[in-house]
Amino acid sequence: MGDMTMRPEDAPVVDQEVTETDVLVHTPVAGGPADLRITDSTLRDGSHAMSHQFTEAQVRGVVAALDRAGVQVIEVSHGDGLGGSSFNYGFSLVDELDLVAAAVDEATRAKIAVLLLPGLATVKHLKRAHAAGASVARIATHCTEADVSIQHFGEARALGMETVGFLMLAHRASPDVLARNARIMVDAGADCVYVVDSAGALVLADAQERISAVVAEVGRDGAQVGFHGHQNLGLGIANSVLAFQAGARQIDGALCALGAGAGNSPTEVLAATFERMGIRTGIGLGEVLSAAEEVVRPFIPRLPWMDRASITQGYAGVYSSFLLHAQRAAERYGVPAHAILQKVGEYGYVGGQEDMIIDIALELVEGELASAGVPR
Amino acid sequence: MRSTATAAIVGPGNIGTDLMFKLKRRSGVIEPRFMVGVDPDSDGLRRASRIGLEASHEGVDWLLARDELPDIVFECTSAKAHQRNAHRYAEAGILAVDLTPAAVGPYLCPPVNLSFNLDAVNVNMITCGGQATVPVVHAVSSVVPVPYAEIVASVSSRSAGPGTRANIDEFTETTAAAVETVGGARVGKAIIILNPVEPPMMMRNSVFCAIPPEAGEPGELQDRIRASIDAMVRTVREYVPGYRLRADPQFDPAREAWRGHARVFIPIEVKGRGDYLPDYAGNLDIITAAAARVGDLMVAHRLGVQASWRSSSDLGELVEPVAAHAAGA
Repeated sequence: MGDMTMRPEDAPVVDQEVTETDVLVHTPVAGGPADLRITDSTLRDGSHAMSHQFTEAQVRGVVAALDRAGVQVIEVSHGDGLGGSSFNYGFSLVDELDLVAAAVDEATRAKIAVLLLPGLATVKHLKRAHAAGASVARIATHCTEADVSIQHFGEARALGMETVGFLMLAHRASPDVLARNARIMVDAGADCVYVVDSAGALVLADAQERISAVVAEVGRDGAQVGFHGHQNLGLGIANSVLAFQAGARQIDGALCALGAGAGNSPTEVLAATFERMGIRTGIGLGEVLSAAEEVVRPFIPRLPWMDRASITQGYAGVYSSFLLHAQRAAERYGVPAHAILQKVGEYGYVGGQEDMIIDIALELVEGELASAGVPR
Repeated sequence: MRSTATAAIVGPGNIGTDLMFKLKRRSGVIEPRFMVGVDPDSDGLRRASRIGLEASHEGVDWLLARDELPDIVFECTSAKAHQRNAHRYAEAGILAVDLTPAAVGPYLCPPVNLSFNLDAVNVNMITCGGQATVPVVHAVSSVVPVPYAEIVASVSSRSAGPGTRANIDEFTETTAAAVETVGGARVGKAIIILNPVEPPMMMRNSVFCAIPPEAGEPGELQDRIRASIDAMVRTVREYVPGYRLRADPQFDPAREAWRGHARVFIPIEVKGRGDYLPDYAGNLDIITAAAARVGDLMVAHRLGVQASWRSSSDLGELVEPVAAHAAGA
């Protein structure tokens, strides 16, 4: 393994054995002081795992539970962000603006965030989300293409929204390149820039080095740095802890890991782990555990899991939301999903290129026909 | 009576330079005479000057102060610049072909609606993604109603210039509007993706059209849609030889999630012609080729002469066959 930059003083300090009873009795206070801010993306990244079929009742239930637990920011959008409802990414069951409005209505303390991918959504979408009550704009680009977000940060600031930049598929850029792109976003008006491990492909030091480089570049301007992890290689929580130790102060999670690929860092595990390390999240553990177990778990059709296809995504560096699309193409064309995902990695497709999955499936079918000696 | 017209290219970047080479090589009626920019250190201006154009970095003011004005101007700057320049060209009686998303004039896609707009004084070339996808949307909508069409344009990061990047919303909005007004879809949506992979990927476009349920099942209607797409691809290839279907159109039966519609998916690849830009810049090639084609035909119409576009086959270059369809195979 590469050089881990963890220093002795960073090691978790646990004064005494903590029993389950202690956890339940001495749960941290919901809404109490915090050393970092956890943003919950169950209702955005989880939209992928739900094939974008969230109902208003589910959204209200999750927001109420997260709000009660003291989660400060709750993201609500189609999985591919505002305007994501489409043939390419899947149509939403309920208009996302109605879901945003319901979330705003339900929250008493939490801010409601929306995701926007320039090239897919426009500032018009952002204005509509703002009118529905969203107050945090999370603007996402591929990690090397930050300059397409400049106009959107400008508009978000003009609307008075808090701004977060999302550098996706962060494993595809070196720490230096990521830092340069983070600089572009901060100069454009981002209050915080996230290193986004969309493929769940960053392995420990890979994540920490990237966070350190971004902190070094933008931290002096007072901008924060965040980390968004996926579980494809099982490292969402570990990478989040390393990210915090490298200076990240915003961390993403999702209840029950509900997110693309093998899912996100589970919010309830982040809360428990950070508290166990003496790092305050401001989240009530009892409440967040109950949100996961009693509110989200019952409506999930399929728990995100590290199976052959999603591990392949982490290993080959494939955008997590391609998973269900690859499985559907696998079914339609009779080729294995993991083989499709392996090719997506080889060809270097980026977030948003779900349409290429059909190309690859057709290519694999042709390859099989050719190797079976079937003339076309 | 004159048999040729003079042209100015405003904006000496990649698009303007490629267009200059295309006109020089391929148009029999347009003689590129002026190249106009604002940066004295522009490579494009130097290159234009070397091949015999009058080049200036003093902008449109310089151009409009010439004793002999051009007959046609190709705007390769930005939407904002064209909004400022458009009325000045019109007042000077210069036909304007606008390659920015300014949309001052009607959207134009040569194989679909050029014949209705031959007398316009200002035409807009939509976007690269629009030139690549609108013809196919039109091919489908001329057989069956298309209540919704969605296009996804993936281009290499290297071929997306600062103009596109600073104004990516204009790309999606302009393209979506043209999918509706020119493509014939009732509702249009456009998505653009920049991919930085090395070596750079070719421009790749996906067209998804919602179609009636009966067109989602094999049969005569589906065959007519295939034939219409096929014919359109051949037409586009007359001026963009690198345009092809990456695979056969994929028909999916009706689904509830698609409000009861069936769907056809059409994957299109555009390989650049290499007049000036590399193969992967098919996105730039298709809009310069379309603009040059439009300019050629409009000028020929005004002069009352035959258009004389030299396609690649005329120039003796290799032309790949249209992707073979599986129909009957």
